[in-house]
Amino acid sequence: MLTMLEKAFTGSRRYWAWLLLLLILTGAGLICYLWQLDRGLSITGLSRDVSWGLYIGQFTFLVGVAASAVMVVLPYYLHNIKEFGRIAIFGEFLAVAAVVMCVLFILVDLGKPSRLLNIVLYPSPNSLMFWDMVALSGYLLLNLVIGWNVLESERNAVPPPRWVRPLVYISIPWAISIHTVTAFLYAGLPDKHYWFTAITAARFLASAFASGPALLILLCLLVRRFTRFDPGRGALQKLATIVTYAMIVNVLFLGFELFTALYSRVPGHVHSFEYLFLGLEGHGRLVPLMWTFVALAVVALVLLLNPRTRAGETTLAAACLAVFLSIWIEKGLGFVVAGFIPNAFGHVSEYWPTLPEALISLGVWSIGFLILTVFYKIAVTVKEEVGQ
Amino acid sequence: MGVGLLPLTDVLAQGARPQVLPGREALSAARWAMVFDSRRCREGCQDCILACHRVHNVPDIGDVEEEVKWIWTTSYEGAFPGRQHDYIDGLRSKPFVVLCNHCANPSCVRVCPTRATFKRSDGIVMMDYHRCIGCRYCMAACPYGARSFNFRDPRPYLDEVNPDYPTREKGVVEKCNFCAERLAAGIPPACVEACRDGALAFGDIEDPGSEVRKLLNSGHVLRRKPELGTGPQVYYIV
Repeated sequence: MLTMLEKAFTGSRRYWAWLLLLLILTGAGLICYLWQLDRGLSITGLSRDVSWGLYIGQFTFLVGVAASAVMVVLPYYLHNIKEFGRIAIFGEFLAVAAVVMCVLFILVDLGKPSRLLNIVLYPSPNSLMFWDMVALSGYLLLNLVIGWNVLESERNAVPPPRWVRPLVYISIPWAISIHTVTAFLYAGLPDKHYWFTAITAARFLASAFASGPALLILLCLLVRRFTRFDPGRGALQKLATIVTYAMIVNVLFLGFELFTALYSRVPGHVHSFEYLFLGLEGHGRLVPLMWTFVALAVVALVLLLNPRTRAGETTLAAACLAVFLSIWIEKGLGFVVAGFIPNAFGHVSEYWPTLPEALISLGVWSIGFLILTVFYKIAVTVKEEVGQ
Repeated sequence: MGVGLLPLTDVLAQGARPQVLPGREALSAARWAMVFDSRRCREGCQDCILACHRVHNVPDIGDVEEEVKWIWTTSYEGAFPGRQHDYIDGLRSKPFVVLCNHCANPSCVRVCPTRATFKRSDGIVMMDYHRCIGCRYCMAACPYGARSFNFRDPRPYLDEVNPDYPTREKGVVEKCNFCAERLAAGIPPACVEACRDGALAFGDIEDPGSEVRKLLNSGHVLRRKPELGTGPQVYYIV
């Protein structure tokens, strides 16, 4: 194990410069977090009415990224899609980094982070947050153990230990469960019309299976550019197909929601959409962002549906970036905020993240990318050595 | 560890569980409930709010976004969104007192990941400020906006501290507790006591002879968002 870890400590100047940049951003986030610890969550844009914001939004988005590893693991292990053999490890390590970020986003959102362990000390099976903790920690462990063992046996040119395979099979429904539980966190709350719909879990899964593999394609393209390891065109094209279908389903699901709200005209259902896309009672802070989401989603679909642009690497990268950013906007911010609007009294209170809040979020992302970089470095070095 | 130690402590305690018994003077009920009579509430009066917030060390933050409040007034439309029509001129200016509804089926209790929010056998929904981790899941779950979060340290925002009730730290949620600490001492809730117009009544809703029960039959009675199934225990005579 140590000999594998060693590979993270040798690298080019560019590798170290990248790590340094991430460390600086992490440091900036940490300083802001210390400030938040001192002043409380009043340094954020959160309020009595919109009591969850960017942190919980990012958590939600990243649970999806973590769950999407299943889109590589499932075809490879259940359907023997050989192309994914080269990149399965990248999907699993992406899941590890994403889950760590999820946990950190929950932590920075807590008013009393020193009491985090109360969730374990007073386990409450009636709370979805308890199940989210169970699901996420289990998923983190599964992906760490599977990823590490598969990589180690690859390095030693032996098949993975037999006990790894049952773990892989368990990890497949487990991936679905982490995002379903996260959706239930929202969908089970009375009087939050934007969340209180059976399609929330389905929407989460669809957007996850679009945004996660889109990020994985981008990461694979970076790996190919900066290292001697080629994830393989076949794998990327297969992933692109998955992203295409998932993005179509994702947009369709949103359309289903829109129809139910706009045709029935039930005020509770219409108001959140009105707030997001048109503005409500003169409040429309998210409107430009939501139309950016729409534009990006359209661009992504055009590029993905056209076989030529999907096959071209530059256009595919652009499509993946558009998928990732559009879902990041809709799920990482819009979804959470719209649930709180209008408030319990029918009024609109707006939310916008503050600078320290954004820097803390960037810091969490930096920690995630630090972990991702180190794991990918190890994986790539092993793959370069065995000459894949 | 807790599970492993349990049998041992049981042996030592000979099966008897430690119990907190109510004091002799304590008020008790099968289910506490409150009735607000809008016909009696005076416009502009703040007596119930001031009394409650003084007794419970509720800070005056002075910022709408971060305010902490246990009881306050809103309009008819605010208390009953979706129940209004365009021609309710008479009701429009009337204040409606709102507070935690001490639901029979509280969604805040259901979602709390540490059981820091819990329901007592007499229906009061309570909070343990020392167990709350400040995740604010309960705030998202409450359909009545009854919960406040201490975004900042509340203590500098207290004019005077009532030593008989704890102050809170930053980072925890709080709300009305139906004056559980006063009921234990045999006195009615502070808001009820402070109201000089008899607009607030408090008592055991399961007791057919209680004042609240009688009031329920004296006019048209509403509850806030009953369609959600939370079973709110604050009743409104319009």
